[in-house]
Amino acid sequence: MEQKIIEILKKMHPTVDFECEEHLIDDGILDSLDIVTLVTELNAAFNVAIPAIEILPSNFNSVQALVEMLERLDDV
Amino acid sequence: MRIKNVLQYLEATAARLPDKIAFSDGAGGASLTFAALLDTAKRIGSGLCRAGLTGKRVAILMDRHPAAIAAMLGATYAGAVYVPLDPTMPRERMEQILSACRASGVVCDEKNRATAAAFDLPIMTFESLAGQEIDHASLGAMRDRMIDTDPMYIIFTSGSTGTPKGVVGCHRAVIDYGEALTSALSLGEHSVFGCQSPLYFDAPLKEILTTLMCGATTYLIPRTLFSFPIPLIDYLTQNGINTICWVSSALAHISTLGALTVKVPHTLTTVVFGSEELPLVHYRAWRDALPEATFYQLCGPTEATGMSCVWRADRTLCEGERIPIGAPLDNTGLMLIDEQGREILPAAGKASETGEMYLRGSCLTLGYDHAAEQTSAAFVQNPLQSAYPETVYRTGDLACYNAHGELVFVGRRDRQIKRMGHRIELGEIEQSALRCHSVTGAACVVLEKTGEIVLFYTGGASEGEVMTSLKASLPRYYLPARAIHKDALPMTPNGKIDRNALAKE
Repeated sequence: MEQKIIEILKKMHPTVDFECEEHLIDDGILDSLDIVTLVTELNAAFNVAIPAIEILPSNFNSVQALVEMLERLDDV
Repeated sequence: MRIKNVLQYLEATAARLPDKIAFSDGAGGASLTFAALLDTAKRIGSGLCRAGLTGKRVAILMDRHPAAIAAMLGATYAGAVYVPLDPTMPRERMEQILSACRASGVVCDEKNRATAAAFDLPIMTFESLAGQEIDHASLGAMRDRMIDTDPMYIIFTSGSTGTPKGVVGCHRAVIDYGEALTSALSLGEHSVFGCQSPLYFDAPLKEILTTLMCGATTYLIPRTLFSFPIPLIDYLTQNGINTICWVSSALAHISTLGALTVKVPHTLTTVVFGSEELPLVHYRAWRDALPEATFYQLCGPTEATGMSCVWRADRTLCEGERIPIGAPLDNTGLMLIDEQGREILPAAGKASETGEMYLRGSCLTLGYDHAAEQTSAAFVQNPLQSAYPETVYRTGDLACYNAHGELVFVGRRDRQIKRMGHRIELGEIEQSALRCHSVTGAACVVLEKTGEIVLFYTGGASEGEVMTSLKASLPRYYLPARAIHKDALPMTPNGKIDRNALAKE
């Protein structure tokens, strides 16, 4: 899952080191357009529907946070 | 009292409502009351006078906080012309702007001092200027000399050639615009704005001006919140924001991510959108979420100071209908001119011909800065009369009157292309695509590499479905070569679809 997420993110920002970056939002790496793209891509890749209440800075700041959110959604 | 300077509004409001918050970042952030704003602006103005910047161009490089507005007003006190920059702009663009407008100095906050120091210009920090003593004599003398057609700011637009184009705004136009907008949107002391726009466009004049004029309050919503619809809605309700004037894409972003079905920004009573097409599906999602609120669409070029047309959403739109831009603001003259130079008038009960919009009146800016050629191409003699000199602004926007007599935006003149002898309006292809079920965004461009017309779109429809739907509604010669699905369309910093970027794909 982690690799797939990184692949999606790399398509948007090829030069960012997503393995290490933990402040994707706080440092302004992902903007509002990226969020829409990312949500759409994640929904399709993992066959989920990320609800609006999960679209929070804390869930999008790092790849690890994204993984945790997707795993949580998968359990429901 | 005769109003000839925007600062008169600040002074009158600060006398009436000294302790009311004028501009704020929101709970936990910085705020300025009207009294503090007045005091800070006068100190900055005095400092700039001492530095000999009266009549000069002063760039403002500050984060998007209330202090930046105090700096702009401070420059106005000094009789300088302010040129807003933004720390997020690429350095090259800042340099282009500084050299294009012949800036004489930069006001920056401590935080952006290092960036400002890289330019070969005198810099003054906001913090040091705000600590200076008020020089009443100089500020008074300055005010006595000024007239209402003196320049107030230069705002840079992208310009189709890639070099930034500076639009010079003056007090009279700003005053005219603010008064007309206040009455069109029923704004007042009760208004609490949530400002979305960066400060380096004309867009925030909507909030800044009317806040000074009416004694309203404006919250400068932090940029990052626009990525996260639920925290954004929380911000609106927590701060009691009742009025938003946002670029359409910011509204669409919230409805796209499904936030309105979870949480409603229930404090909103006035929802204003513009600058870009708001697809009907998003418009309806917002109306359904806020059935009691009043909705408006605004439209207008920077060259006419801000917004020129307004439509109040007081009737139900038909399926596939384009949201009208309505009618010109009070004291703004609008003419639709056909290719033969004749005026197009509304036709009773049916849509009129399409023509180009020309604007006239006090709302016009002074023209482009240090660009006589570009100015004379766009600021032209009124084509309907030759008896006396009358400069009007040729917008490049095509529009028509619908059967209700309301203006409807059709597209840009420069987005009208010819293919095999046929005239094709790229905006019309986008409109057609947006009528297709589950298409949520559309941008049609001519690809630079191949010269093909290609439609980029967002939404759940497949590329085949979109093409089928286009074939059903457009003449054959009008069809794009391809429809290409995208998760999201690229945006300019202003929130408009970045068609230049798409054309390079």
